[in-house]
Amino acid sequence: MIHTLRTLRALLVKEFKILARNPQVSRIVFMMPLSVMLLMPLVANLDVKNVNVAVVDEDHSILSRRIVADMDATDHLTVTASVNTYPEALRLVEAGRVDVIVDIPHRYAADLVSGSPRTVAIDANGVNATKGTLGARYAAMSLGTTLSQWQQQQGRDKGEAPLSVRYRYNETLNFKQYMVPALMAMLLIIICGFLPALNLVGEKETGTIEAMNVTPVGKFTFVLSKLIPFWLAGMIVVTVGMLIGALVYDVTPAGNVLLIYLAAMLFSLVMSGLGVAVANKSTTILQSIFVMYAFIMIFQLMSGLFTPVSSMPQWAQMIAAATPPRYFIEIMRDVYLKGATLPDLWREYSALIAFATGLCLIAAATYRKRA
Amino acid sequence: MSVLVSMMKKEMFHLLRDTRTLVIVAVMPVVLLLLFGFAVSTEVNNVNVALSVNRHNELTERLASRLESNDYFTFKGLVAGEDIEQALRDGTIEAAVVVDCRQDGQPRYQILVDGSNTTTAQAAVAYLEQVITADNHPSTEVVTTRTLYNPRLKSAYNFVPGIMGMIFIMICAMMTSVAIVGEKESGSMDLLTVSPARPRTVILGKLVPYFLLSCLILVFMLVVSYTLLGLPFSESIINVVWLTLLYILLSLALGLLISAIASTRVDALMVSGIALMVPIMMLSGMIYPVDNMPLPLQWLSCIVPARWYISALRTFMIQQLPPSAVLPEITILVAMTVAAIFFAIRTLRSR
Repeated sequence: MIHTLRTLRALLVKEFKILARNPQVSRIVFMMPLSVMLLMPLVANLDVKNVNVAVVDEDHSILSRRIVADMDATDHLTVTASVNTYPEALRLVEAGRVDVIVDIPHRYAADLVSGSPRTVAIDANGVNATKGTLGARYAAMSLGTTLSQWQQQQGRDKGEAPLSVRYRYNETLNFKQYMVPALMAMLLIIICGFLPALNLVGEKETGTIEAMNVTPVGKFTFVLSKLIPFWLAGMIVVTVGMLIGALVYDVTPAGNVLLIYLAAMLFSLVMSGLGVAVANKSTTILQSIFVMYAFIMIFQLMSGLFTPVSSMPQWAQMIAAATPPRYFIEIMRDVYLKGATLPDLWREYSALIAFATGLCLIAAATYRKRA
Repeated sequence: MSVLVSMMKKEMFHLLRDTRTLVIVAVMPVVLLLLFGFAVSTEVNNVNVALSVNRHNELTERLASRLESNDYFTFKGLVAGEDIEQALRDGTIEAAVVVDCRQDGQPRYQILVDGSNTTTAQAAVAYLEQVITADNHPSTEVVTTRTLYNPRLKSAYNFVPGIMGMIFIMICAMMTSVAIVGEKESGSMDLLTVSPARPRTVILGKLVPYFLLSCLILVFMLVVSYTLLGLPFSESIINVVWLTLLYILLSLALGLLISAIASTRVDALMVSGIALMVPIMMLSGMIYPVDNMPLPLQWLSCIVPARWYISALRTFMIQQLPPSAVLPEITILVAMTVAAIFFAIRTLRSR
């Protein structure tokens, strides 16, 4: 046992020396988390704010002017163009300068008063589905508010029902609160999955793994010596990530920090288990990278990091349930925003433990000392 | 010319010998395209919502049935007021509507939303407001909403160009840079430089096989996009093809550039894998619209080639406009290609 530990220490010294000598790796270990944590929360913004509206006002009444003015006054909409015909507005959409067209028909106000209302057409540019739908909905809501105010002033409507909205856990609707904790998953995927796989296959390709195979070093000791540096890097990255979150974005966990470290450690195990398994099964660097790359793409896009899992079709939600980062991200978000405790999250933690055990077993089983 | 052909043959053998990599490279894009085309969507659907009322009457029944029949919601039934907190916390529901029916008849509504995900929360509130106020406005037909170009609001329309922008640059840049750096690493580059083959021929011989492979992948992707994913088919597919060929050329040139900088295969992979992948994910507009970003990042995104390609491809694939509509994008892509080839040749020659 003591002997194994001594070998492990010697191997670790070797690994750290190699890492320290290779500026590319250390640069990535430091620069990537920094740039992701600093830039991504600014970029990852699905809040649709600046929707540009073109108005085709064929009515030219007091009401139609009021509709346009109210629309311009809402937070999300900006009336950037007022044109006379629909084709003109469509050309603006094609040029990408306008996202939504609001077409108020001729004699709109007069017909509304006489009791046979015409309809206002709201056309959204569907090229960006999110911006289009939300923009159209904002425009419709603004129109509805203006109309009901107007009707009320005319004494026709019974008025709005009292309605209040409360956003729990994130009262100010700060998207960064949601994004920052999840981004650490992205960092750990690359640091603890991508880099060890690269490192191990690199040793295979240069042939130094052969030299390692003829030494009395046990295979577990060898694999551990490969993984421990990246686990350490992973923990450092999580710490730096939390510091950046707290200092730059003022996003701090509402729950226990130890829960975050526990989840991060489990997730590092999962990712490095996967990395080693892929590296064992591939013969060239290119192979292992493309397989890892496919995993990373699927993990990043299917796990709910960028888009909500609950919006996916049923079969896709099942695939999402099979991706480990899904659980890690859920833990991070719940601990950060809701202050969740272990009893709230036992399902997610057990899923991570199951993944970690399974993948590490596969990694150990596929590793042969004979290349 | 015959030297070039034999160089290409040699590279083809390299490529074809490693069938596993070849299969992965050819199949992965199609799988990704299918997965993301069908699964990933930035729309908000299936919001889990529960209702809490202090007395049952006709009004609350109507509200419950409206929630149940609404496609945007998954109605989780009635909950007691004190259980809402726990249900929101463990994620069984994302929103709750609390109706307070008073004696005087005027009900009061409160919407409680899990605000963790601001996008879902805001969309859910907007949907719920519409459902709740539907009673007050009997004539909801004051407005008709249409979506141009993408009438059924499929997000595949939005994602296919993004995925293509990512796949081509990754495959071309990674594979070419590894192929060239590998030659350096194993020392066979020295053999090539003393051979009668000119450096230009050597490089061209390396690029052509990968160009052909990319064209094959392009064919796969187009077939999947226009059949399974149901993108509108028209003659603008010609524009899609030549635009993508230009982009493949640019990606190959970037691969060349990386191979000039990197000295080992691992370095080359790290540079192409991380220095290209992360910016494309973040800044190309693939997931997050560029015009939502803060201005300095919008400027930064200008140097990401995928941004211009994806934007032009969306115009061709979805809006089906003529090339004149995307003149700036095409000019920038051409300029980038020329610059990348120029720098790659210069750095390679200096070695």
